[in-house]
Amino acid sequence: MRRAETTDMPREVISVQHLWAGYNGEPVLEDVNLSVRELDFIGLIGPNGGGKTTLLKVLLGLLPPTQGQARIMGKSIKEGRQYVGYVPQAVEFDRDFPISVWDVARMGRLGHCRLLQRYTAEDDEIVTEALRSVDMLDLCERPIGALSGGQRQRVYVARALATKPQILLLDEPMASVDTQVSVSFYDLLSRLNKHVTILMISHDISAISSYVKTVGCLNRRLFYHGDKQITPDMLEAAYQCPIDLIAHGVPHRVFPEHIVEEVRS
Amino acid sequence: MIEALQFDFMRNALMAGALVSVVCGIIGTFVVINRIVFISGGIAHAAYGGIGLGYFLKFNPVLGAIVFSVASALGMGAVQRKTRQRADTIIGVMWAIGMALGIIFVDLTEGYKADLMSYLFGSILTVPSSDLLIMLVLDVIVVALVMLFYKELLAISFDETFATVENVPVDAIYMILLCMIAFTVVMLMRVVGLIMVIALLTMPAAISGQFVKDMKKVMVLASILGVIFTTTGLWLSYLLNLTSGATIILVSGAAYLLSLAVKPLMRRAHSESTG
Repeated sequence: MRRAETTDMPREVISVQHLWAGYNGEPVLEDVNLSVRELDFIGLIGPNGGGKTTLLKVLLGLLPPTQGQARIMGKSIKEGRQYVGYVPQAVEFDRDFPISVWDVARMGRLGHCRLLQRYTAEDDEIVTEALRSVDMLDLCERPIGALSGGQRQRVYVARALATKPQILLLDEPMASVDTQVSVSFYDLLSRLNKHVTILMISHDISAISSYVKTVGCLNRRLFYHGDKQITPDMLEAAYQCPIDLIAHGVPHRVFPEHIVEEVRS
Repeated sequence: MIEALQFDFMRNALMAGALVSVVCGIIGTFVVINRIVFISGGIAHAAYGGIGLGYFLKFNPVLGAIVFSVASALGMGAVQRKTRQRADTIIGVMWAIGMALGIIFVDLTEGYKADLMSYLFGSILTVPSSDLLIMLVLDVIVVALVMLFYKELLAISFDETFATVENVPVDAIYMILLCMIAFTVVMLMRVVGLIMVIALLTMPAAISGQFVKDMKKVMVLASILGVIFTTTGLWLSYLLNLTSGATIILVSGAAYLLSLAVKPLMRRAHSESTG
């Protein structure tokens, strides 16, 4: 099955090769390799401090790698990141910030609009379409601080979509949102995934496993086999302490009952 | 008040109050939402070095203040952006060094130092027409810059990371903002003095931010409030023969405290009427 796919493989949109990165000389990512293909939906899980956010920072060009390289759409990060729509974590937010939903979403057009240039009617159309696709067009005049956490994340997705991205990068998008809301949010992502590649980091294993196409574990090193199943050895390697993790309520369906056939074949 | 308008100095004062209120509303809004009140205070106090230099070398101290405040804005901005640790300590040090330089320059200057106190505590009633012209020019510069870079300024204020990813020149825009704060500080210095600049810069924006939730509206309302505060303060100062800078600040402060008290009442009334 897998062999057959290689002949007609979708093109590579993100390529990370032997990547090392860290802060103040302390490596956080060690020899990370990752190849993301068009229309993949990859969920990266891993413990706090395991380098999930660091990998995202490298992919967004916010942190230069110390070794190795990362490329987006075959280009350097600084050039390639124009194809990326970034959805930040849902924390630390100034509710009093005087800005409307519309103005937030329109920031997605910044990269397409030069300095000293005003937004055009075409920009407005794209923003309208982006807000409609996340069901937030009706609330576009609301101040962003008046929204719920789930609604706000939808606006951030709209802002990312307004960049007309090839790839969506999401950083713990549902970190502070209750389950019901996150289910509809992940439904939205599945819908968007028909047209756009998605790379999402999270520590919410249960949610990730039911929506994404493939899962990787990141703890300094990346354990990724292009598979949906989280294998016990991946978890063990990533978390070092799988028993602890199960105790924290990972649903059993995450662990395939037929690991042997699926993974070893 | 009407008969006071016969005097040139009173007309100049009202004009200065209005000119200052416009930039104050616009730049004050950025200061409040970016939470850079402290760095603005540093810029204001470091400007005193330029005033001292102006006295010492016998040129208009306002020009010296412009040079010093812009230089300190760029310096403090660079420190804040480049060193992630203890930026506030370094800014505090630059703040004090600027003032100390000013004091030394003034000490070294021979003769009578006319209206030195006015730079510290403001004297809107002695604003000469030449300073009005400088204020007008700074007003035009600030308004033009904000209009030109509005979408970038809004973007770095709201979400700097996203702006960076969208290839907005974040550092350059931030430096432009700090320079505009420097210009504003110099204008405000004439009205309320260096010591109280920060209060007038932040209070109108802080008040209007509580009642409107759109950046441009916050700016407009803050500017209008600024005009009201400076005019009322001037009137009180004229009526009661008090220092104008202090009356302006006290009027603004009273309005700010009142707005804090009124907000919860409004919210309750709103929830009762809707729910």
